[in-house]
Amino acid sequence: MLEVNAEKCQACGECETVCSFQAIRVENGLAVVDRDLCTLCGVCVEACPEDALQLSEAEAEGAMDPGSWRGVWVAAECRGRTLAPVSRELLGKARELAEGLEATVTAVIMGHGVAPLGRELIAYGADRVLVADHPALASFTDEPYGSVLASLAKAERPEIILAGATSMGRSYIPRVATLLETGLTADCTELAVRGEDRALLQTRPAWGGNLLATIVCPGHRPQMATVRPHVMKAMPPDPDRKGEIVQVTLKEELLRQRVRVLESVKEEAEGPNLCEAEVIVTAGRGIEKEQHLAWLLELARLLGGAVGATRAATDAGWLSHRCQIGQTGTTVSPKLYIGCGVSGAIQHIVGMQGSEIVVAINKDPEAPIFDVATYGIVGDVKKVIPLLINRIRKERES
Amino acid sequence: MKIVVCIKQVPDAKTVRFDPERGTLIREGIEAIINPFDLHAIEAGLGLKDVLGGEVTAMTMGPPQAQNALREALALGVDRGILLSDRAFAGADTLATTYTLAAAIRKLGPVDLVLCGKQAIDGDTAQVGPGLAVRLGIPYVTCVGELAVLEDRRTFRLKRVCDDGFDILELEIPALLTVLATLNTPRVPSLKGKMRAKKAEVTVWGKDELGLESRRVGLAGSPTQVVSTRIPSFQARREMLPGTAEEQVETLVRRLKEAGLL
Repeated sequence: MLEVNAEKCQACGECETVCSFQAIRVENGLAVVDRDLCTLCGVCVEACPEDALQLSEAEAEGAMDPGSWRGVWVAAECRGRTLAPVSRELLGKARELAEGLEATVTAVIMGHGVAPLGRELIAYGADRVLVADHPALASFTDEPYGSVLASLAKAERPEIILAGATSMGRSYIPRVATLLETGLTADCTELAVRGEDRALLQTRPAWGGNLLATIVCPGHRPQMATVRPHVMKAMPPDPDRKGEIVQVTLKEELLRQRVRVLESVKEEAEGPNLCEAEVIVTAGRGIEKEQHLAWLLELARLLGGAVGATRAATDAGWLSHRCQIGQTGTTVSPKLYIGCGVSGAIQHIVGMQGSEIVVAINKDPEAPIFDVATYGIVGDVKKVIPLLINRIRKERES
Repeated sequence: MKIVVCIKQVPDAKTVRFDPERGTLIREGIEAIINPFDLHAIEAGLGLKDVLGGEVTAMTMGPPQAQNALREALALGVDRGILLSDRAFAGADTLATTYTLAAAIRKLGPVDLVLCGKQAIDGDTAQVGPGLAVRLGIPYVTCVGELAVLEDRRTFRLKRVCDDGFDILELEIPALLTVLATLNTPRVPSLKGKMRAKKAEVTVWGKDELGLESRRVGLAGSPTQVVSTRIPSFQARREMLPGTAEEQVETLVRRLKEAGLL
């Protein structure tokens, strides 16, 4: 429990300013706590210049009794009015984990006009869907999304929360974990339950996939993980699956946001985005000319993939910086990566080494990209790519 | 404008090797650099100071040698370097790290802007920025690709880059931003800057200076624990495709068909 020492409190309002839940406010010269909203995160305790606030130990420890938290949650993600593919994949994994734990799967969906997605979430494996539907959640911002999910988790005490390691998940999920004072593992590629203590074994790549670390969160709940797109398998949807859809009521305080969205631009030209693509055709300096990019775009289109780039190719202005793969760009792990004229500088390698199959095409047999390639072709991109396009077209026609 | 830039000293990817037997990083021969994204955060801070005036403080948590990262930042032009270093801080996960950083920033008094890189290249978690903002009770925006200050000198207009496009956002300071490499081009240190950095005093704060409890910092304050590490085997299937370009393409198509990708 958060306690206010009335003698020490100077009603300065610092606690009110820092509280993300508006759970504490100064009334009649004293800080007053709204216990329904307070998550015991302790931000105000640290901020109070008078040391007037204290979290009483009994409850702080009680909140961390891992045995009393049950159920697997998936924080689903919308793209406009449709479900992000990673959310379906997470539901598939959540079902598997929940079966091992003899627990249920709950999906949480936030947004405006998202209620129709409830049925789809059930079809993909949710037993229950919590719908947080509000105009204030129409555009994604970290504060209300994080506050709503944290407050639902605080009330319902799930043992696991999974979210997509997308730009959105990687942005607001750390807020949720901090508000709940629990552990969070980013970018997981493997998840399993350890039978004896219900611990979630969370495996994630570090150093661009050169090292795989398995992480647990033994003493805190919920156990939280963001999961890379594509890694988990969605179940085939079953439209007859039964489940419960619950519209949650949202306290206004949870919807406070200090960031205004002026404009939201979707740059979806065609095909998937880099982070979610199953196939990525990457342009390196070795494609030589911007004009040669047309082949790569065509190859990506044929394979239903996206086009990526090395730093050299984006610096040359051939592709936008958002296509850049590597240490200072995006880390990708598609099923198939085709490097065209990519030499394989370590800064690039660490961003793509998690790919399942790596095809490298380069004139230079000494290029380091061949060290990480599943299949290497020493040859001229200008010759090999058009041949490959024609060959794949023929394959499709037959 | 009072700005704090949080930086991290990380191993230079070019010098990193792995021990496949033990499934660990080989520590010998690793050179340390400022996390590449953080250089862009420093540049953003210095750029804002150039226009708005004020003060830029670089802060890092790490072992004593992490002060080298702060000296590099000082050489680039930051006004002050603060090293958070204490044996008790070792083994911190992101939750314990944000707890420590928040206490240190609070000790500096009111700050207008906290800047971080998008993520560190050794951990790739991208969790410290958002977590720190929560602890400081300020709003944050991640993955900032463009940034402008409006006339009131308090409002920022930002481009947040997302997986499928971008958002244009506005917020008022105090705030925390995590920045992309595309935001700017970091300046290079001047000779004068390097000289100054050599002589500059780096403030060192430990657990006691920050008044922190042992159970909330370092390993003790970290809910997550690494239970094992291993090196994935990427190179087992490596095959150079022989023959003419036609033959190479033929083999490749066959392999991709076998893998169910065509």
